[in-house]
Amino acid sequence: MLAQIIHLIKKEIVLEWRNRYAINGITLYLISTIFICYLGFNVKSNELDPITWNVLFWIIILFTAISVVAKSFIQEKQGLFLYYYWLHDPTSLIIARTLYNALLMVILGVVGLLVYSIVLGNPVEDIILFLINVIVASLGLSSALTMISAIAAKAKNSHTLMAILSFPVILPILLMVIKVSKNAMDGLERSNSYDELATLLAINAITGAVSYLLFPYLWRS
Amino acid sequence: MRKSWWKVVTVVLLVYVITGGLLMEVPRLNILNETIRALYFHVPMWFGMIIMLVVSMVYSVKYLRSSNALYDTIALEFANVGIVFGIFGILTGMFWAQFAWGAWWSGDPKQNASAIGLLIYLAYFVLRGSLEDREQRARIAAVYNIFAFAALIPLLFILPRLTDSLHPGNGGNPGFNAYDLDNRMRRVFYTAVIGWSLLGVWIASVRVRIRRIESSLEL
Repeated sequence: MLAQIIHLIKKEIVLEWRNRYAINGITLYLISTIFICYLGFNVKSNELDPITWNVLFWIIILFTAISVVAKSFIQEKQGLFLYYYWLHDPTSLIIARTLYNALLMVILGVVGLLVYSIVLGNPVEDIILFLINVIVASLGLSSALTMISAIAAKAKNSHTLMAILSFPVILPILLMVIKVSKNAMDGLERSNSYDELATLLAINAITGAVSYLLFPYLWRS
Repeated sequence: MRKSWWKVVTVVLLVYVITGGLLMEVPRLNILNETIRALYFHVPMWFGMIIMLVVSMVYSVKYLRSSNALYDTIALEFANVGIVFGIFGILTGMFWAQFAWGAWWSGDPKQNASAIGLLIYLAYFVLRGSLEDREQRARIAAVYNIFAFAALIPLLFILPRLTDSLHPGNGGNPGFNAYDLDNRMRRVFYTAVIGWSLLGVWIASVRVRIRRIESSLEL
């Protein structure tokens, strides 16, 4: 099982590396969104209101996450689906996909943060907490979104459906994340954020466990 | 008649709740005054919604285990009734808030969370609408229903407790337990919870029957 998961993650990375246009496209999407925000607000570095800075960053990350994860099931060819079905255990497939998407989100989150801080300034005081938050958020976003994209992939007009299904489910995660990152920006004591981080991890555990249990049923069709 | 005794019980309980809830003595409290009676109508809506959604979730699990189409219909109708309860919960809450907080909508964490909760379940109906194959629709909707329920729990029970809220029972505001001494209120309240929930089960069972007749006519 573990070997299969690692094998699947490796396969995803190799596949991604071979046709780099997908990942390049998403990176470009992220950077151009940030640039649009920068030009749209028309402010110099560090002049953005901290709350706006924070919320804007996470909204950009959310939309990037949705387009990253949508790729994993929605844009897959039907024939490939059948092929996976013969080869792999569904539970290891969903775990591998979730972890891979989380990895991708961490990388994109860090790249995004870098570009974002260059153009819009970086008021974060506790950068380590902020990065931990990025990692936890990536896990949460990818575990909820991967499952949702697997559901939406079965329906028609799956891109619209993906947004409708995922926004309300994602919201609790996003609210927690925004709160923790505000704490990190203000440089509050770490202990102030433990509650939120614990809740986030608990929500991640719930969504992860539920998708682990439910994915085999989705898979059967 | 033997089978429908619980419907009689429902009617009796609800008549008691409505007359008792509107007319019986209630504790005199500042600010709340007579609006305390909202407790009999607002809070049972949420109890009813949670009960309906739990039933819906359980039937979705049952559906996944057995692929019996009847379970899917039951899950759908209980979710429907649960949403109706939720909408009434929000409306009665807004009505109360207009008097107690001075605004229909004040962005309180509980108001926001319940609105998001409703969005999650409305998405469930959109999902059902966009799938055509009957069996596939039933299975995917069941999967999403369970997933949605898992997402609803932190939303309604954990997040509002982490933030300050004006809502009774949160942020140092007296909740239900502050009225412990008043057992008459308790009596009406529990009757209301049972009565409204039974009414929900009743509506759902009628709707399930309608669906079954419809699908047997189609075949």
